Amino acid sequence: MHHHLILRVVTKMLVGAIILFAFYVQFHGDFSPGGGFQAGVIMAVAFILYGIVFGLNKAEQVFPSWLVHKLVALGVLIYAGTGVASMLLGYNYLDYGAFNPQHPSHGQHWGILAVELGVGVTVTGVMVAIYYAFANRPPPMKDEDW
Amino acid sequence: MIETLINIVLFAMLVLTALAVVRINQLFAVVMLSGVFSLLSALLFVTLDAVDVAFTEAAVGAGISTVLMLGTIALTARTQKKSTRSGMVPFIVVVVTGAVLVYGTLDMPGFGDPNAPASLHVAPEYMIGSIKDIDVPNVVTSILASYRGYDTLGETAVVFTAGIGVLALLSGLTRRRREDEEEDV
Repeated sequence: MHHHLILRVVTKMLVGAIILFAFYVQFHGDFSPGGGFQAGVIMAVAFILYGIVFGLNKAEQVFPSWLVHKLVALGVLIYAGTGVASMLLGYNYLDYGAFNPQHPSHGQHWGILAVELGVGVTVTGVMVAIYYAFANRPPPMKDEDW
Repeated sequence: MIETLINIVLFAMLVLTALAVVRINQLFAVVMLSGVFSLLSALLFVTLDAVDVAFTEAAVGAGISTVLMLGTIALTARTQKKSTRSGMVPFIVVVVTGAVLVYGTLDMPGFGDPNAPASLHVAPEYMIGSIKDIDVPNVVTSILASYRGYDTLGETAVVFTAGIGVLALLSGLTRRRREDEEEDV
């Protein structure tokens, strides 16, 4: 897409804003609509958009596929690990009260933050990984073919 | 009144989009229309005050799915093959299924009915506890991540498994092929 000047300029302007919005949705999910699932998808969209406009190689330079594959598993580990952490503190699995016994609601906030982060990381990883897997396969299409 | 009007307009556009998807043979247009369909459903979820669901529908249905469908088209074909069979049997199946589904909704409680079984079981406990015990204003988040933490762990595992499955299907194959080619050389 070398000749799509407007697309490239607009993408450069948008990618940062999309990533910022993903973080907002991720960490503001307690107060406004959104959470890990939505934030993960939005984060992935930023990289997918970059990959579509600038080519897969450029996207893989920014977000290499070995890292993407690690993130897919890391998110589940963060989620399950939160449960294990609460067990080690002597509470039930995924009982977030463990993280602040004096103020159980604060513990709940920490627990929700952690598991939502896990969800977000896995969803980002899976979405980008699927996109890479699709886009990596030949044959590449020319613009005129659409 | 205005809400009824919005609902009617949205549903009419939804039906028109679905009909267009069925009629058009150019798959690029079909994929774009399915994105439009998702966006319209997201708007309907907003009118139902289900903003979290609308958010997901807009991001996943209209965003990611469209991109993945385009990726699939790039790997396969751009036009639909002409079917030699008549469309009568599928049409009857669809009409009968639709009629059964509509019949099923007749027994359901009205929208937002406080006496609906779904609002009487654990929902009141969650609504009160979400403010008192968890202190999170977005009830959806408190139910999803705290009360139903096990379910969400399961969902995350499903997303993980789906991702691994697609990777095993798509990237594993190309690597094997490349290795075969190297052996041939």
